[in-house]
Amino acid sequence: MTIPLSGKDVASKIEEKFPGSVVESSQDNLVVKGNFLLDAARFLRDTEGLDLDFLNFVTAVDYYDHFEVVYWLSSLEHNHSLTIKARCYDRENPVLPSVVGLWQGADLQEREIFDLFGIKFEDHPNMKRIFLWEGFAGHPLRKDFI
Amino acid sequence: MEIKPAGKYIYSDIELDREEGQVIEDLKANSQEPIPDPDRWLDEKLEQNILLTTVDALINWGRRSSLWTAICFPACCAFEMIAANGPRFDLARFGMEILRASPRQADLMITAGTLTWKMAPNVRRIYNQMAEPKWVIAMGACAISGGIFASAEYAVVPGYNRIIPVDVYVPGCPPRPEALIYGIQMLQQKIARRKNIDVRKLLER
Repeated sequence: MTIPLSGKDVASKIEEKFPGSVVESSQDNLVVKGNFLLDAARFLRDTEGLDLDFLNFVTAVDYYDHFEVVYWLSSLEHNHSLTIKARCYDRENPVLPSVVGLWQGADLQEREIFDLFGIKFEDHPNMKRIFLWEGFAGHPLRKDFI
Repeated sequence: MEIKPAGKYIYSDIELDREEGQVIEDLKANSQEPIPDPDRWLDEKLEQNILLTTVDALINWGRRSSLWTAICFPACCAFEMIAANGPRFDLARFGMEILRASPRQADLMITAGTLTWKMAPNVRRIYNQMAEPKWVIAMGACAISGGIFASAEYAVVPGYNRIIPVDVYVPGCPPRPEALIYGIQMLQQKIARRKNIDVRKLLER
């Protein structure tokens, strides 16, 4: 089993480097601001002692008033893991930075989130639908789809 | 010691000739009629091996006994299909052991699995590429009605009969291999009753 890192500890490290970037943190996870997401992710990947070099998955949750995108990271070297989240409150045109440049594995999963939730990932090399066909109306995993 | 003269032969030379003559006479007397050619067995074999039947029955027998399956296995029912083809259930007993990768060599499409609308054009193309005559078995709940995904109708086709005509429905989630084999046998019965030749049309020509 991987050892889960404390979200609070890591949050204080991120806050030290990028003041005002962490929205909230708990034992299990931490939430960063959308415009700091890429900086925080690069920090988590490259910092000595954290080395979160593997992205297990990306997924998203619809909380009616905002979307939350969840990144599950782990380190192959230190065998520990961490969950970070980012929120976007704009329901009409939700946008987050893409992490494909950091973890290649995010490519298809970010396309899936775009397909089913309609969250656009900026600077993604191929931001288009993956499961549904081009021209499909709406995003089925949104709570208000039906 | 006195040497005995050579003993008398049991028959003289003339007797030998008469004996020979008699054999020839007997043979000649018995050989007045030609012996029939030994081909009676031909008639017997023909009697044993020729059946008179209708063209329809013959064609239907051939078609139903060699149903070859096109590969169209989009989801989990495929594993029951594979099990049915394996040695335990042995679909080969019914003449359909071959799964054809090319639809042009297939007569039967067993639609084993959930079909999404994104996949639907490809399945329809496979069906269109199959040569006539062709049949379709809808295998499993998803193939019949969309199954447990029927409520997700934004992405899932609610039954294969929306895009291709279906001959036999095999229920189950997934159906057991026995059920699939029973479905194929039902299809065979259906093929056996098929009319291939319209005699009236032939006579009109």
